[in-house]
Amino acid sequence: MHLALFLVFGIVCVAGAVNLLIQSHPIQSALSLIVVMASLAVEYLLLGAEFVAAVQVIVYAGAIMVLFVFVIMLLNAGEEERSQGSHIALLLGLPSLLLVGVLLAWSVTHHATDSVRVGSLYGDPRTIGKLLFTQYLLPFEITSLLILIAIMGAVVLASKPEVAPVGPASGLTTGKAK
Amino acid sequence: MVPLSYYLVLSAILFACGVLGFLLKRNIITIFMSIELMLNGVNLSFVAFASQWHALSGQIFVFFVMVVAAAEAAVGLAIIISVYRTRDTLNVDRVDLLKL
Repeated sequence: MHLALFLVFGIVCVAGAVNLLIQSHPIQSALSLIVVMASLAVEYLLLGAEFVAAVQVIVYAGAIMVLFVFVIMLLNAGEEERSQGSHIALLLGLPSLLLVGVLLAWSVTHHATDSVRVGSLYGDPRTIGKLLFTQYLLPFEITSLLILIAIMGAVVLASKPEVAPVGPASGLTTGKAK
Repeated sequence: MVPLSYYLVLSAILFACGVLGFLLKRNIITIFMSIELMLNGVNLSFVAFASQWHALSGQIFVFFVMVVAAAEAAVGLAIIISVYRTRDTLNVDRVDLLKL
C-alpha cells in the first residue's frame, strides 16, 4: 500500500519535474513545480513527517509559488527564446553524462538497502515545536533576523527608482546608473 | 515498507532535473524555479534520512531550508523585477553587462 502510494506520487513528482524542463512558458513551468511540491508533501506524509508536509504545502506550494506566479504575471513573461549552445559543451557533456550515469547506477545497484518503516517516526507539530524552541532556539531566532533582512532587501530592490531625482538625496533606491 | 534507496533515487532525480533546468533554461524565472526544485530534492533526502535514523533533526533542517528558500525567493524575485526594469528582458544571455 505504502509502496503503491510512493510509486504513484513519485511518478507524478518526476513527471512534474520533467514537464518543468520541457515547457517553454514560465507559467506552465510554475504550475508543474506546484505539482512537484504537492506530491512531495505526500511523500513526506508517507515518511511520517506531518509537520514538514503541512509546511511544504503552506509555505512552498502556497506562499513561494504565489510569489513566482505573481512575478511572472507582473513582468508579462512570454515564451522563452532559444539560444545557440556551444559544440564543445555537447562534445564533453554527453560522455561525462554517460559516465556519471553508469557510476550512479552502479552505486545504487551494488549497495544493500534498509527499509524505512512508515509511521516509526512521529514528526508532529508538538515534537517539532518542542525541539525548535529548546535545542534549536538560536538558529530559530537567527532565522527571524534573516527573514527581516530579506523583507527589507526585497522592498529596497523592487521599489521603483524615482522618476525625477530631486537631488543627491534620493539615496535608498537601486539607483539606475545612467 | 518503502526502501530508503527509493526515496534517495527520487531525490536524486529531482535534483538532476533541477540542475538540468538551471543549465539549459534561458528564462531567469525558470532558472530560479529550477533552484527551488533542487532544494526540494535535498529536502526529500533530509526527511528520508531523518526517518531512517530516527532523528528529528533532519526535519528541523528541512524547516530551516524552507525558511531560507522563502527569503531567497523574496530577494531573488525582487532582483528579477529590478533586472527586468533596467534591461527589458528576462533572457539571461542578454544580461551580460555589469553596467548599462
